[in-house]
Amino acid sequence: MSLIAITDVRKSFGQNEVLKGIDIDVERGEVIAIIGKSGSGKSTLLRCINGLETIDAGSIAVGRAQLLPGEAALRALRLKVGMIFQQFNLFPHLTAGRNVMLSQMVVKKTPKVQAEAVARKMLERVGLAEKFDAYPDELSGGQQQRVAIARALAMEPMALLCDEITSALDPELVSEVLAVVKELVAEGMTLLMVTHEMRFARDVCSRVVFMHQGRVHEIGPPEHVFANPKTPELRQFLGV
Amino acid sequence: MGYQWNFDWLAGYLPILLKGISITVELIAVGAALGVSLGIACAWVRTLGPAWLRPFVSAYVELIRNTPFLIQLFFIFFGLPSLDLQLTALEAANLAMVVNLGAYSCEIIRAGIQATPRGQFEAGKSLAMTPFQTFRHVVLVPALQRIWPALASQIVIVMLGSSVVSQISVEDLTFAANFVQSRNFRAFETYAVATLTYLVLAIMLRKVLDGVGWLVFPRRKA
Amino acid sequence: MGQFTFFDILRNLLIATQWTVILSLVSFVGGGIVGGLVLFARISQSGWLRNLARGYIELLQGTPLLMQLFLAFFGLALFGVAVPAWLAAGLALILWTAAFLGEIWRGCVEAVPRGQWEASSSLGMGYLQQMRYVILPQALRVAIPPTVGFSVQVVKGTALTSIIGFIELTRAGTVVTNATYQPFLVYGLVALIYFCLCWPLSKASQVLERKLNVAHSHH
Ligand SMILES: Nc1ncnc2c1ncn2[C@@H]1O[C@H](COP(=O)(O)OP(=O)(O)OP(=O)(O)O)[C@@H](O)[C@H]1O
Ligand SMILES: [Mg+2]
Repeated sequence: MSLIAITDVRKSFGQNEVLKGIDIDVERGEVIAIIGKSGSGKSTLLRCINGLETIDAGSIAVGRAQLLPGEAALRALRLKVGMIFQQFNLFPHLTAGRNVMLSQMVVKKTPKVQAEAVARKMLERVGLAEKFDAYPDELSGGQQQRVAIARALAMEPMALLCDEITSALDPELVSEVLAVVKELVAEGMTLLMVTHEMRFARDVCSRVVFMHQGRVHEIGPPEHVFANPKTPELRQFLGV
Repeated sequence: MGYQWNFDWLAGYLPILLKGISITVELIAVGAALGVSLGIACAWVRTLGPAWLRPFVSAYVELIRNTPFLIQLFFIFFGLPSLDLQLTALEAANLAMVVNLGAYSCEIIRAGIQATPRGQFEAGKSLAMTPFQTFRHVVLVPALQRIWPALASQIVIVMLGSSVVSQISVEDLTFAANFVQSRNFRAFETYAVATLTYLVLAIMLRKVLDGVGWLVFPRRKA
Repeated sequence: MGQFTFFDILRNLLIATQWTVILSLVSFVGGGIVGGLVLFARISQSGWLRNLARGYIELLQGTPLLMQLFLAFFGLALFGVAVPAWLAAGLALILWTAAFLGEIWRGCVEAVPRGQWEASSSLGMGYLQQMRYVILPQALRVAIPPTVGFSVQVVKGTALTSIIGFIELTRAGTVVTNATYQPFLVYGLVALIYFCLCWPLSKASQVLERKLNVAHSHH
C-alpha cells in the first residue's frame, strides 16, 4: 500500500477549476518534486493534502487516515503530514525552541520536559541547537526555515510537504536549507516538494511531477523528465 | 487675583485621601484584569467564535460604546435590584467598569486579531491544532502585543472615568475629595489636589502597563 | 406628584434631552474653535508655545472630566458671583473637547507627508500659505472621521454635568426615578435615548473612515 494515495482529486475556487483530477501515489521514502508554471495548481494540491483546502471530488489518504470533512478527521490527517511554508510562518512571540515545543504540548499533550528534549533534538538535526532561545526575528531567513522544518519534524510526521521553501530566501541562504532537506532524504523521510530548484530536483528526487493547468501533465524519474520531456509544454517549461 | 490659597488642611485630611486613592487603584486593578479578559473573550467571538453568538456581542459592544458610563453605573446600581440583583456600591462599580472596558477592549483586540497574517492560522492548522488552540497559543499574544499601547490608553481612560463612581457613594478618590471639601470649605484647592493626584495616577498606571507589556511580550531587537 | 404614565416619563426625559443636545453642540463647536487654537499652538514653530499646548493637552487628557467640571464650577466661584451650572458645564466641556480635538487634528496634520511641506516651500510659499493651501486641505479629509467619532465622547461627556447640577438627560433620569421609583425603566430609557443620539454618529464615523480608506487605496 502506498503511503499517500491521491485519487482523482478535483478542486475549484468558484468557477475556476484549479485541480482537474489528480492521481498520484507516493510510496514510503519517496521524494517527489512538483514543478510547473505559476498558477498550475501546485500549492493548491499540497494544501489539499494537508487539509488546508477541502476537495470537491476524489480522495486523499495518508497511511490509514482519509481526508474526510470535519475538523477531527482533518486533524488526524495533519498529524500524519507536516507542512513547510514559503514564508516560514514561525510564531513570532515564541523562541525557536518554544516554536518546536508548542504543538507537541498542546496537540499531543507531551509533557514539557519531554517536549523540550524533542525540540532540542530536532533543532540539532537542522543544525540550530544553539538557537533554542532565539526569537524568530533574531534569525536569518534560512535559519527560520530550518526551525520551521524542526517544528514540523517534532510532530513525527510520516511525510513532509514543502511549498517553495527556498523561494523567500536570499540566494546565499538557499543551500543551508536544501542541505537539511537532503539530510532528511538520506534518513528516509517521505517528501513532496514544490520547487523551482531544478538541479536539486534532479539530484535528490525519485520522481518528478510536472503540473500543467490543473493536471499531472508528465510524471517520471528525473532522468526521464528532465532529459527527454515528452510534451511540448514541459519542453517549453524547461526551456529546451 | 486677591484669592488666598490655602493648603494647611492637607495634612489633616491626608489619610482620607489616601484611602480614596487605594479604592480607585483597587477599582482599576479589578476592572482592567476582568475587563480585558472579557474583551478577549468577546473579540474571539467576533472574529473566530460561533456565528450565532456574534450578534449578541455586537449589540453589547455598540450599546456600551454609545451610552455614558454614568448611566451604565446607575442602571446597574439602581436598576438591577428590580431584577432581584442586589449589588453593593463597590460591586456595582466593579461590574460597571468591567462591562465598560470589556466592550472597548473587545474592539481594540479585535483589530489586533484581524491583523494576524493568514500564515499564522495555517501554520497552527498544519500542526494539527484546533482552531481554539491556534487562537489561544498562536494568535492571541501577538495580537495583544500589536494593540497594547491602544489598550493601555483605554485602561487609563477607564481609570479616569471611574471618578463618577463617587455618585453611588463608592469611597474612591473623588468621594474623598467631595468629603474633604465639605469640611474644609476649600473646594477649589481640594479638587485641584485631587486632579493632580489623578494625573499622577494616570502617568503611573501608564508606566505600569508599559512595564506589563515589557514583561509579557517578547522583546524584539531594535 | 400623581401617577406617572410611561409617556409622562418619556416626555420628561425628551424635554431634558434638548439640553443634552444643546450642550453637546455648544461644547463641540466651542471645543472645535479652541481646539483649532490648540492645534496651531501644538504645531507652531515656537518651542514654548508647543510645550504649552502639549502640557495643556496632557493635563486635560490625563485627568477626569468630572474633576475639570468641579474645578470650573468652584474656580469660577472664586471670582465672587454665584456660578450658574450651565456656565461651568459649558466652559469645562469646551476646554476638554479642545484638548482632544487639538490632539486628534495634530495627528492628521502630521500624517501629511513631509514631501508636501518641502514641495510647497520650494514653490516659495510661506508658512501660512502652506498651511492654508496645501497642508490643511489634505489633513481635513483625514480628520473628518475621527472628529465625528469624538463627537460621541462629547455627547456622553455631557452626562457628567448632571453632577454639578446642570439639568439635562441624566439629571432628568435621576429626578424622574426619584418620583416614580422605577429605576430600571427610567435608566433603561435614558440609555436608549443616549444610544439614539450617539449611535448614528458612531456609524457615520465608521462609514466615513471606510470611504477614506477606499479612496486611499485607489491612489
Ligand atoms: N484561496 C483561493 N481563492 C481563489 N482562487 C485561488 C485560491 N488559491 C489559489 N487560487 C487560484 O488557483 C490557481 C492555482 O493556484 P496555486 O497557488 O495552486 O498555483 P501554484 O501552481 O502554486 O502557483 P505558484 O507557482 O505561483 O505558487 C490560481 O489560478 C490561483 O489564482
Ligand atoms: Mg504556489
